[in-house]
Amino acid sequence: MPTLAEIPLGRAVVVREVTGGNAFRRRLLELGLVPGTSVKIVTVAPLGDPLRIAIREGEWSIRREEAAQIQVDAPLSALTSDQAKAP
Amino acid sequence: MTRKQILLAGNPNVGKTTLFNALTGLSAKVSNYPGITVESKRGTLHLPSGDADLHDLPGTYSLNARSAEEQIAFDAIDGGPDAVIVVLDATQLARCAYLLMQCQELGARCVVAMTMIDEAKTSTPDPEALAKLFGCEVVAVTARTKLGIPALIAAIDRTMTKPAQAVWRWEPAPQLRTRLAAIKPTAGSDAKALWALTNIEAREGSPDDDELVISDQLRAAALDKTGLDLDAPILARWAWLDREIPRLIKKPVDRSRTQRIDRLLMHRVFGFGVFLAVMTVLFMSLFWWAQPLIDQVDGLFGWFGELLRGVLGEGVFTDFLVDGVIGGVGSVMVFLPQILLLFLFLGFLEDCGYLARVAYLMDRIMRSMNLHGRAFVPMLSGFACAVPAIMATRTMERRRDRILTMMVVPLMTCSARLPVYTLVIAALIPGSALTQALLMVGMYLFSVVTALAAAWVMSKTVKPLKAKRLPFFIELPPYRFPRLGDVLRMMWSKSSFFLREAGTVILACSIVLWALLAFPRDLPDGSPDYDALIERADKTGNADLKTRFEAEKAGVLVANSYGGRIGHAIEPVIEPLGFDWKIGIGIVGAFAAREVFVSTMGIVYSVGEVEAGDDESTKPLREALSDAKKPDGTKAYTPLVGLSLMIFFALACQCMSTLAVVKRETGGWRWPLFLFGYMTILAWVVSFAVFQIGTLLGF
Repeated sequence: MPTLAEIPLGRAVVVREVTGGNAFRRRLLELGLVPGTSVKIVTVAPLGDPLRIAIREGEWSIRREEAAQIQVDAPLSALTSDQAKAP
Repeated sequence: MTRKQILLAGNPNVGKTTLFNALTGLSAKVSNYPGITVESKRGTLHLPSGDADLHDLPGTYSLNARSAEEQIAFDAIDGGPDAVIVVLDATQLARCAYLLMQCQELGARCVVAMTMIDEAKTSTPDPEALAKLFGCEVVAVTARTKLGIPALIAAIDRTMTKPAQAVWRWEPAPQLRTRLAAIKPTAGSDAKALWALTNIEAREGSPDDDELVISDQLRAAALDKTGLDLDAPILARWAWLDREIPRLIKKPVDRSRTQRIDRLLMHRVFGFGVFLAVMTVLFMSLFWWAQPLIDQVDGLFGWFGELLRGVLGEGVFTDFLVDGVIGGVGSVMVFLPQILLLFLFLGFLEDCGYLARVAYLMDRIMRSMNLHGRAFVPMLSGFACAVPAIMATRTMERRRDRILTMMVVPLMTCSARLPVYTLVIAALIPGSALTQALLMVGMYLFSVVTALAAAWVMSKTVKPLKAKRLPFFIELPPYRFPRLGDVLRMMWSKSSFFLREAGTVILACSIVLWALLAFPRDLPDGSPDYDALIERADKTGNADLKTRFEAEKAGVLVANSYGGRIGHAIEPVIEPLGFDWKIGIGIVGAFAAREVFVSTMGIVYSVGEVEAGDDESTKPLREALSDAKKPDGTKAYTPLVGLSLMIFFALACQCMSTLAVVKRETGGWRWPLFLFGYMTILAWVVSFAVFQIGTLLGF
């Protein structure tokens, strides 16, 4: 399963699971990042990290390594474009 | 009759402070919760049934506690207040409602104040439908225009009389229910039992709950979590919210304004330009614009002191009042211009939403040193002065991030170091103006590198400062127009807090330092009878000679003072750095503020009054320093000594005001002592290395 850190900019995906330690995971869950919620990366900071993500009605700054702990459903279009690139 | 206790709870960035100001007017008082750096704001709320206390709780997204702030919010709501006003942002309904659910689970009598209705416009949910859903009164308010405030006050009055009743909108699993029932006698309520189970962890490694205050009994009762799924309550609350809230929202909120602004401000090129411009203005204002104000304050206290001296005549008591007390008050007040300016800027930047974006932009750099993105602004402010910069660390949520930043901010080259560097470079460092200028730039770079390196090392070695597994999760709120009233009020509360809390410590230290350098007031045995010499010079009309004798007397007195004796006593310790006892006295004096080094050295070298930073007035001192000889006739201060001295000043925490404000912000002497200790040792070791290696290389 891909993580949010691997998803291209602007593509909405659905959260499947948040991993990581109790404090970390529960904080994300409490902010509404529960399985089934739609999430997308809005922009990337000029230095490549952190990411700016949209969850529900709000926008948040999250580090790439932390986004890697959010497992998401791969969007269909992303998969096909990746496969198209493969030799 | 005891006053009713009302709490104001809500997420950050939902207009809670604006609402608090609108409800309490000018009655608000800001203080610290004992022992920690969490601000406690309290004001009077006039209710039809009588006056009540309104407490502004720290802004939190949830009541599950990982930080001291969150525990304060939880304990206050758990403590049985008469009513809780929960602020609900009409544009962030679900997330705000999550907090409301938790308040209701605790059995609080809740009233909802719905804010940001002007922003939500037609997306605003129907207050009546919301009231029906949550079984509590909902009032739409616009604090700006006071719309809805009377209705909110009436609703609070009605709610206080209702019975308090815990409302759970989800079913705990059977296993969890059994455990909750078992812990309830210790915890007091089901909600507190669930809180304990969720937040208390085994005390091993670096637990995430180390900021929480938990009784041993509760800890023992809540440690066993076998077979429990403690994510389930969170998921259950969200399942309920996701079922109920979408029905209330007719259409999504229009965020196009924020998106348009961000396309510019977060742009790779243009956005970076704006960022540089904003930070330059902030820095310049602290560094240069504050200076005329600081000079005014300085001048005012100097003028008043001399006035008083004229009225009272010479004497110990006059010296105490003028040099000790008035000088001390002056040394507190000189910080005000920078504090006012910094918080004026920070207030605007925070309230309009840009400060969070600064953290977002800078996080990549700050993070590489294990610092928080929000540490950028305090560290930049540290180039002007560490005192306001340390106060600015409060924009960070976590205690660990705040303290780590406080520990490295004093390493930045503050404006008080400049007069010292200028003096040393001009007096002791040979070479062209270009070499001297490059050395000054080098000192700035050196301070940045050491501050960042120190942050990295401490985050790896000092246990309470180690990075935790908590997410770096900063909300990027929509852009909003800041309210001048809120900003000014914050500016005032920060300044008065500084004067009250840190100012008293600084004043006490100033008086002690004054006494150290002013006593004993008798000349040591065997010294010339200066008074007679001065009198004779005065009678013969030789003003130059009189001034010279007066300056010499002052020099002998300060060398013989308690502070002077400390300077002598520490000579063996500072000798390996290339310093003599005269510099030792200067270092003692500089503890009041680094630039005092210059005037203290002026007294020690008997060159009369020297004003730090004034080129003309430091000239005799510069000459005296470069001409100073050791007993054996060699130069006392070589360029290498100058370099060693500058490095010592760059690294040592020669500033009682910094220590006083760190003590205030951390709630104890532990961190200021650590700060003083590590910086002094670092300064000694590096200066030692520079001087000894330099000597070996033949400089």
